[in-house]
Amino acid sequence: MIASRNEVLAIGSADDVVRVRQVVRTKAIEIGLSLVDQTKIVTAASEIARNTLAYGGGGTATVEVLENGERKGLRVVFEDQGPGIADLERALSDGYTTGKGLGLGLGGAKRLSSEFDIRSTLGKGTRVMISRWK
Amino acid sequence: MLPQILTEHEEDILSEWLKHLTRSTKSAAGRINEADLKSQCRDFLTTLRIAVSEGGSDDIRAGSFQKLRDLLNNISRSRAIQGFTPAETANFVFSLKQPVFERFKKEKATDENVAFGTLVDNLGLYSMEVYQKSREEVIRRQQQEISELSTPVVKLWDGILALPLIGTLDSNRTQVVMENLLQSIVQQTAEIAIIDITGVPTVDTLVAQHLLKTVAAARLMGADCIISGIRPQIAQTMVHLGVELNVVSKASLADAFALALHRTGRMVTRTKSASSSVLSEMQGKPGGMGT
Amino acid sequence: MDRIPILQMGRALLITIQVDMHDSLAMALEEDLTTKIASTNAKGVLIDISSLEIVDSFIGRMLDNIAAVSRMMDAETVVVGMRPAVAITLVELGLSLSGVKTALNVDRGMSLIQKRLHDYELDDDSQPE
Repeated sequence: MIASRNEVLAIGSADDVVRVRQVVRTKAIEIGLSLVDQTKIVTAASEIARNTLAYGGGGTATVEVLENGERKGLRVVFEDQGPGIADLERALSDGYTTGKGLGLGLGGAKRLSSEFDIRSTLGKGTRVMISRWK
Repeated sequence: MLPQILTEHEEDILSEWLKHLTRSTKSAAGRINEADLKSQCRDFLTTLRIAVSEGGSDDIRAGSFQKLRDLLNNISRSRAIQGFTPAETANFVFSLKQPVFERFKKEKATDENVAFGTLVDNLGLYSMEVYQKSREEVIRRQQQEISELSTPVVKLWDGILALPLIGTLDSNRTQVVMENLLQSIVQQTAEIAIIDITGVPTVDTLVAQHLLKTVAAARLMGADCIISGIRPQIAQTMVHLGVELNVVSKASLADAFALALHRTGRMVTRTKSASSSVLSEMQGKPGGMGT
Repeated sequence: MDRIPILQMGRALLITIQVDMHDSLAMALEEDLTTKIASTNAKGVLIDISSLEIVDSFIGRMLDNIAAVSRMMDAETVVVGMRPAVAITLVELGLSLSGVKTALNVDRGMSLIQKRLHDYELDDDSQPE
């Protein structure tokens, strides 16, 4: 699989979250994702970007266009050097109705993505990968 | 040896090759004109010559063969889309063997036969792969069109839509259909959408989930859904699968329509002269047949 | 800083969300809305999201909050104009927006609010006491 055309965005403010959405949307349109799929990945990216800002103390988002033979895809990797997530399983399974909490964005973002990966070390930081294939 | 021969005898090889091609693809004669075919062949020979002089003739997947592969890609793809047979498409490449072998014989270079034969075989196989993929693309597109055509959204009344689903639903088709329904709801500002599955023989968990998600999405948008026509077998399957339908369900489309009318504040009444009015129109007289 | 304008339409208040919302803007909206519900004795709040291409959990929470606060002040909230792609995504996200009524457009939304007013025998033209 070849990954090409990276774009790295800093996430340090609410405006940056908006920028992440715009860039992901543009790339999604570029690779020809359907409107529904565009909306899904931009929403997922928005969730994670907000988390990165609110809980990770800020970080980066790397947007990549992927090519696997004829198939095209879009991948966004979020990284922060924040406190990390203590209980990943719980964070992923929390539903919206339980109110605030990290679980909110993660579970939803996972359901909205073709692929989802999260790595977190307490005290060191978190890395979340989401992707959407055409 | 091969690049030299290709360079020195290009015109001869080209015309021999063309002769073979036009002779063996009589049915395709109308579909591609001679000038186009000739220029395709010429391009192929030139690109082949360059590729072989650059990197030997072993591995057609090597970088030196990129341009040749691209060219074959385009040719095979267009053949596939135009509806040429697999044999006709592969023949484009394979029929190059004969002219080149004859040339090798004349130049006393027949020890190159095997290597060249293998090269052509590999190129032929590659063009078949491309052809195959392109045909699959065509079929996929046609399937998409069929699924869009066969599930139209119907307007039953102002603000009441019906989606009669027919045939087996697979995950992809269901998604497309459901997106169409939601779009129609917006376009027609429908208050109620009736999803009728009388014509659906089986519903598996995945399809049931899509149905439920569509109902939930419609609700979020401000429209209500009614499901009609659930057959006994489907009802049983869904219960056993643990699928809970939290949406109003009616036995028939007619029942669902009646409910929709009621919900949107409408009523159907019978008028007194209902039965005689048709006849009287035919006779040009009010009332019945006549005395 | 921009604040989202709140229009009065009879006994209802209309808010059109067109920009990307962030924390402070959302807070400001909730404050302004609460004040205005009180000052106009509004019985309905219409939130038009037809311009929104994305509704994530942040916006979802905001809508729920507005609905909860309005309800406490005896006003019903109706969210109108949700786009199909947004609705599909919200369902996948797991946001049910259960505290909020929805309608396809502002007209329909107003009908819902009128209906409630009618149910409570409140005339749309009556002056607040």
